[in-house]
Amino acid sequence: MHMSDALLSPAVGAAFWAGSVGTVAYCAKKLKENTDDKLVPLMGVLGAFIFAAQMINFTIPGTGSSGHIGGGMILAILLGPHAAFLATASVLTIQSLFFADGGIFALGCNIWNLGIYPCFIAYPLIYKKITRGDSSKSIFIASILSVVIGLQLGAFSVVLQTVFSGKSELPFNAFVYMMLPIHFAIGIVEGFITAGVVNYVKKARPEILESVPVAQPLSRNISIKKIFIAFAILTVIVGGALSWFASEYPDGLEWSIEKVYGKPELPEQENKAASALKNVQDKTAFLPDYSIKTESDSDKEPVEDSGKWPNIDKGTSLSGIVGSLMVLVLITGVWAATRIVKRRKRA
Amino acid sequence: MFTFDREYFNLGYLDMLSYKNTIIHRIDPRIKLIVTFVFILTVVSFPKYELSGMIPFFLFPVMLSSLGDIPVKFILKKLLVVSPFVIFVGVFNPLLDTATMHEFYGIKISGGWISFASIIIRFILTISSALLLIATTSFPGVCYGLQRLSLPNVFVSQMLFIYRYIFVLMDETMTIVRARNMRSFGKRGAGIKVFINIIGVILVRTIEKAERIYRAMLSRGFDGRLRSSKKYRITFKDLLIAMLCITAFYLFRKYNVAVMLGDIVSNIF
Repeated sequence: MHMSDALLSPAVGAAFWAGSVGTVAYCAKKLKENTDDKLVPLMGVLGAFIFAAQMINFTIPGTGSSGHIGGGMILAILLGPHAAFLATASVLTIQSLFFADGGIFALGCNIWNLGIYPCFIAYPLIYKKITRGDSSKSIFIASILSVVIGLQLGAFSVVLQTVFSGKSELPFNAFVYMMLPIHFAIGIVEGFITAGVVNYVKKARPEILESVPVAQPLSRNISIKKIFIAFAILTVIVGGALSWFASEYPDGLEWSIEKVYGKPELPEQENKAASALKNVQDKTAFLPDYSIKTESDSDKEPVEDSGKWPNIDKGTSLSGIVGSLMVLVLITGVWAATRIVKRRKRA
Repeated sequence: MFTFDREYFNLGYLDMLSYKNTIIHRIDPRIKLIVTFVFILTVVSFPKYELSGMIPFFLFPVMLSSLGDIPVKFILKKLLVVSPFVIFVGVFNPLLDTATMHEFYGIKISGGWISFASIIIRFILTISSALLLIATTSFPGVCYGLQRLSLPNVFVSQMLFIYRYIFVLMDETMTIVRARNMRSFGKRGAGIKVFINIIGVILVRTIEKAERIYRAMLSRGFDGRLRSSKKYRITFKDLLIAMLCITAFYLFRKYNVAVMLGDIVSNIF
């Protein structure tokens, strides 16, 4: 469920980059205040452990297909929220660079989706609250619940990011109905594994779990907490009550999210876009592209741009195709030339 | 999905590529990070139905791979492996957006197909440039660049840690997986219970290793920061390359070179 560069608009991608970099800086500061640098090698090696664990496939019960774990919640349980967030963020960075999972611009979104929710919502608000009794049964329940909720929030956030970016035509409801059940199933399996692993560690080396840094997560940072709680409430509302409402009035749901999400400038743009493209109004209402285009250099572009696409313009499209082919030929030529020059140099 | 050895091999292979010595490899990591980021941002900023305007941007990854001596086949293979999610989400566009946008000699092309093609082009451009960044910079190089671009020290140094220990832990994991495979027949032994125990064993070993590493590092004067003996310097040439690239991105974004070329050609004939 890695978000991808290709589906993101600049505004959405940049916003989540800012959010994720800010949280990385905040966590780094917190770690500096609270703990010694013993944690640094532990975080690093546990991050590498996640990679190693992802290499092992196992058979998913009841399906026969094989899967591998994500492991974010294991990190949170072993390291505490701040260190776990940094470790998750770096695992995702390495994945985006080496395995090309998602891409660099989507990295901000991915760190947010897979780091913030498990570390700062699911771990402190669910896992910690349930495991006070410290029995293996409470660890079991807490693990499954927290992993499932963390993954649901992450998957929901992928949907929001995709829909707000507007590169995909997938309507909000359909996408939600697709993403959430799949990730619910994944969450159950992953939660089960998390519980098993934590209980194993508890049996084998109980002191490891006791030495988890007990930094109070988000205690004094009320503004962030509020945002998270708002997000959680929003998810529940959208998932439950509003989905019924949404199927009848698709735009109604979009409007309500817009209000909660706090993007007051959207309605105005929507009107602009809608008046220009009345026939595709419900599809385009959410496209931030239009606003970006009108602000920037769009009027000078001699392209087949989206603003005028209802009027089919044969001339522009033809030169677009001819020109594109020529540019591709040129680039291939440049590529061939550099190869020949290189080979000559070597010889 | 991935087979175990192949993913492992790929990681090592990318690492190997990054120690070549070409014009691209010699550029300062900071410059490469910034230019790649600007490139991706420019590509992503194109409107939804843009196709021809993005074509000239292929010049950037193509130049990186040819000047940096990175095999094109390898990059393409990696792209193919990670493409399913984007294709899955994008393929709904042709189904949902069926209004005709272009017409060529009677063949109607809907807006959905155009935007789907646009998503695929974006995907190829952004992901290949990220892969080429790491293939021409090396991971420690990227980390150094991030550190100099003032990302927190804790973050950067444990990223370097992860990278170092991925290879060690993967070796160990491979040993355990091989042992599991030799003792299991058919589906037996591949189940979730065995998996949990394996993960548990690896985890406990990992934590013990971390404790040993920490003690070893302390005795060598560790102060929470990893240092690199390789010194990087931004040269005048690096700055020139960066300026050139960013200016080119700006111009390609502002003027649709492909359409302009096409216009000229169709005016001649």
